[in-house]
Amino acid sequence: MNNSVDSDTDIVSIQNLSFSRGDRKIFNDISLTIPRGKITAIMGPSGTGKTTLLKLIGGQLYPDQGSVIVDKKNVHQLKRSDLYTLRKRMGMLFQSGALLTDLNVFDNVALPLKEHTTLSDSMIRSLVLLKLHAVGLRGARDLMPNELSGGMARRVALARAIALDPTMIMYDEPFTGQDPISLGTLVKLIKELNNALGLTSIIVSHDVEETSSIADYIYILSEGKIVGQGTPEQIKTLDSEWVQQFMKGDADGPVHFHYPAENYHKDLFEI
Amino acid sequence: MTQFFEHLGNKTLSSFAKLGRSSFFLIQILTATVSVIPRPRLLINQLFSVGVLSFLIITISGLFVGMVLGLQGFYILSDFGAEETLGVMVAASLVRELGPVVAALLFAGRAGSALTAEIGLMKATEQLSGMEMMAIDPIKRIIAPRFLAGFMSMPLLAALFSSIGVLGGHMVGVGMLGVDDGSYWSQMQAGLDFYDDIVNGVIKSIVFGFAVSWISLFEGYDAIPTSEGVSRATTRTVVNSAFTILGLDFILTALMFGDI
Repeated sequence: MNNSVDSDTDIVSIQNLSFSRGDRKIFNDISLTIPRGKITAIMGPSGTGKTTLLKLIGGQLYPDQGSVIVDKKNVHQLKRSDLYTLRKRMGMLFQSGALLTDLNVFDNVALPLKEHTTLSDSMIRSLVLLKLHAVGLRGARDLMPNELSGGMARRVALARAIALDPTMIMYDEPFTGQDPISLGTLVKLIKELNNALGLTSIIVSHDVEETSSIADYIYILSEGKIVGQGTPEQIKTLDSEWVQQFMKGDADGPVHFHYPAENYHKDLFEI
Repeated sequence: MTQFFEHLGNKTLSSFAKLGRSSFFLIQILTATVSVIPRPRLLINQLFSVGVLSFLIITISGLFVGMVLGLQGFYILSDFGAEETLGVMVAASLVRELGPVVAALLFAGRAGSALTAEIGLMKATEQLSGMEMMAIDPIKRIIAPRFLAGFMSMPLLAALFSSIGVLGGHMVGVGMLGVDDGSYWSQMQAGLDFYDDIVNGVIKSIVFGFAVSWISLFEGYDAIPTSEGVSRATTRTVVNSAFTILGLDFILTALMFGDI
């Protein structure tokens, strides 16, 4: 396992990370690395803190222990202004899109450019149209976020996330709740953007098929631990009942169908 | 019994923690207000939705409060044959107390609750966190313009409330009950002091505007990002604003007019 901190090939390196919410340990001493220029997927059942992991990488949450190194900088020791500088180079696609509801599509994509650059209005316009064209929504520039379908909103958010040409982009459940066509479009876009722009992509997801079709490397999280990792082919042949149940989507297995409860017979007949 | 003390302790701790968070939030807002200057557009938009959209409720309420004051004042004053002083009574009540207080209460209900719900929903839909990830400080871009807009609108709305109220009192007193038009205005002119009455009233409304904007923005920003959390935060905004306005009003009145 490659865990060296200063490796030039790794853009993100997480060392011995622990994080808890209240009494619940969400991560218990996990370490992982994300190689530059690749698509890395982090998978696991709902509620295992996959989104939390992205927020830890983005410096929105602070770990109890351990460190997160992004581009050779320890995210949680940076000054606020340095953290913001670092964030300009990371894009994040939220599950809900997180578009600003009081701005139209064009202004949403233009926002990071207006805030962080001194480009002229005509230059910003060209850039925004380029980004919108890349996600196929140049014609939707005047729509408001509430007029967009879920898939379109996510594509606009993607255009916004790449507006500042980041080196890394984090996708939070990009495939959840999408119809087959939007799903196909998103899978294609993520793959294409990663290759065309030389990005590093981190996908957090529990959609096994779509994610394994584009990921170069997969980490599987459960109960605060990494329970499996490898290329999609390696994962499929991994010798772990739990991972196999997750990848195949079986209803019963190491993860039981029933939530822990009293004996069924006893529960029904003893009042 | 131990449970009771445990509960009491937890409540106390969490309210102190909240007080701390809100003070820190206020400091953040105040330092962020400078960044609104290069973006006047944001402030103008908020002045419209916070201030201009409150015009109607303030105008109508001001008119009715003024009319009631005219009516009640006339009945009491006419017992003493002093109905000529109706003008000063209506104006003093409005400018000193009712204008700032009632306008602030209405403002908390109309604009404050809307601010809380808006910010709370922005939090729930990850818009705030999305901005942070784009390296845009939501305090600077979202909160500070709204705070300034509330702070600036409140004195103007209170002044509007008082002026319309004076006209309402005139409508009833002079128009319907036959108080002399000249004495309504001249008694008002003679009886009201610019510093004691008007400036103090304006100071009150500035303080209330500050408090209501702070409370409503903080409740939204601190809301639990679920539909239930946002609804509770909105209720808290209205309740806490009302308490704060009335409490502050007593303190300010005592400082300004009393010898306490």
